Amino acid sequence: MTAVLEGRELCLARGSKQLFSGLSFGLAGGHALVLRGANGVGKTSLLRVLAGLTEADAGEVWVGAKRTQALSSSARSAILYFGHANALKDEFTAAENLADQLALDANPASAEQQADALTVVGLMERRHVITRRLSQGQKRRIGLARLHLSRGALHKPVWLLDEPTNALDSDGSALFVHIVEAHLAEGGVAVIATHLPMALTGKVDELHMRGLV
Amino acid sequence: MSAVPVNQPALSTPESGVWITLVRDTKLAIRSKGELAQALAFFIIVVSLFPLAIGPEAAILKRIAAGVVWVCALLAVMLTLPRLFQSDYLDGTLEQLALSPYPLPLLCAGKMLAHWLSTGVPLALVAPVLGLQFGLEASELLVMVAGLLLGTPVLTMLGAIGAALVLGVRGGSILMALLVLPLYTPVLIFGAGAVEASIAGIDAMANLSLLAAMLLFGLVTTPFAAATAVKISLD
Amino acid sequence: MSLFKYSAPSSFYPLAGKLVPWFGVLAFLLAVGGLYLGLFVAPEDYQQGEVYRIIFIHVPSAWMGMFIYLVMAMYAVLALVYQTRLSAMMMEALAPTGMMFTALALWTGALWGKPTWGTYWAFDARMTSTLILLFLYVGYLALMNAIEDKKRADKAGALLVLVGSINVPIIYFSVKWWNTLHQGASVSLTQGNKMAATMLAGMLVMALACWMYSLAVSLCRVRAIILEREPHAAWVKHIREVQA
Repeated sequence: MTAVLEGRELCLARGSKQLFSGLSFGLAGGHALVLRGANGVGKTSLLRVLAGLTEADAGEVWVGAKRTQALSSSARSAILYFGHANALKDEFTAAENLADQLALDANPASAEQQADALTVVGLMERRHVITRRLSQGQKRRIGLARLHLSRGALHKPVWLLDEPTNALDSDGSALFVHIVEAHLAEGGVAVIATHLPMALTGKVDELHMRGLV
Repeated sequence: MSAVPVNQPALSTPESGVWITLVRDTKLAIRSKGELAQALAFFIIVVSLFPLAIGPEAAILKRIAAGVVWVCALLAVMLTLPRLFQSDYLDGTLEQLALSPYPLPLLCAGKMLAHWLSTGVPLALVAPVLGLQFGLEASELLVMVAGLLLGTPVLTMLGAIGAALVLGVRGGSILMALLVLPLYTPVLIFGAGAVEASIAGIDAMANLSLLAAMLLFGLVTTPFAAATAVKISLD
Repeated sequence: MSLFKYSAPSSFYPLAGKLVPWFGVLAFLLAVGGLYLGLFVAPEDYQQGEVYRIIFIHVPSAWMGMFIYLVMAMYAVLALVYQTRLSAMMMEALAPTGMMFTALALWTGALWGKPTWGTYWAFDARMTSTLILLFLYVGYLALMNAIEDKKRADKAGALLVLVGSINVPIIYFSVKWWNTLHQGASVSLTQGNKMAATMLAGMLVMALACWMYSLAVSLCRVRAIILEREPHAAWVKHIREVQA
């Protein structure tokens, strides 16, 4: 079975600290990889390497069975990176922020679909509230709406998620799991860095990062 | 068996990359009017300080008018440069820009255009009032506005490269001044030169054409340099 | 043998180590010869007297200041396009020397200007553009110094120098333009009169000496930078100096 996302012999050092070395993995459609490990062990760095934001010292990233250059146009249209920061503008409303993120993703979701997504994540009533006034969890939920509209193999098959359930309540976390499972069921893949328990079922592998000296 | 198709979204209008950031940043600038007004107020106050320091003698004021207005415009633009990328860098938007299917140089071009609309254009529009204080004639004021409209976008474009390079670096704003100000000298020379030429009764077209040439050259090169700088700073 | 072999720090380090003494000795011999030619053999200038002899330092410094920035721009292209680590390290090694020569050119220019034209500084086209060149060096070094992550600093510095080098001709042209517009300061540093052959020879020998000096010093510095960057590389542990 062909892998949708593959890391081959990835190495990265930060300063004098070797974060990982010779790290290889492959994810076929429908599979997820959960990154675990203590703070500072390199979970975020690995996600950034896969996204192409950080240049690995050695190794290759393959997307859709093709070796991809960091931030090449094929990589950018396949990868959805959901970072530590929410990438929201405090001055915009929740609906505006969602629309902007989707526009940047070149996601063709219509206005109705966006409204649906906001309903799914429970922000419909607050959609015209300035983001500054939203709670941390509600801000994270705008990101969930984006994920909801990006699921499946067709649009953005590769999801790279950094502590996605941070600040979410138990309902929010359950919703997140539900969205990711739908994404996997439709043939997508996901790499998820988290230190929180996650009740993800299906073809899920865990990678315990320990960090080298 | 083939891999899961990696779908290339239809980017039917590549200029829409420019459009996305242009609209977004302009909307942001309008929502935070305060910042917009701050740069303008800074410009007006600093220009008005010069007569206090030098004296009210009309001949001297007219002699220094072009230089004062241009140096102050340069500083005002420079002070607003962090607005280009700083907040996007801090809230994670810059990563999303770099990962967007739209080409990053076009997204950067949109940001530059929005920045110019919210700084360069207002500066150019207030400049005649300040020029009047210094005793410039109508034709000279016209040349000053034309020069500022041609020159301030170059300031924004060169500044964007510096602003992107110092993202997340300690002492960022002073460092940015060190990087950017030497690069600003040609714009200063041709911009102030245009006004002085018209004061001296010489045709200012030569200076203005040189500014226009720099603008065109900047338009085709700086978005790529700024995009490279953004990628470097995200690494 | 391929030239690219030496683009790896591990093979460049020993090569640079072997070359440094040669360039150093050459720089010393050429400087002695050049200064002898300049200070003792070259005739006194009939207009400026003995004062003019500062050109044997001044002119080569000005040349080196500009030339080193060009070399850095070339390395910047290599660093950005081919991502060679060594090119960025060479840039970092060259910059302080380039800045020193640019500052020296300005300083000796001022010292020359006072007795000759009665002023230390005039906003003349050459002096002004040399001053801006100094600012470009300062900006580069400040940026390199401020960014902690060396990989990022290398790339950022390379981009800055590349943008700067594209600007240098524009800056130079604009300053000349500005200078012809304001005819106030009419200090000309060009020798109007014919230069004696020995003067020219002295200046060229001194230029070569500066060249050799720059090579020796920057190679020395790049060795230090290599060790600083890769203290844990396996090959570093086998170097005699490190073991001792």
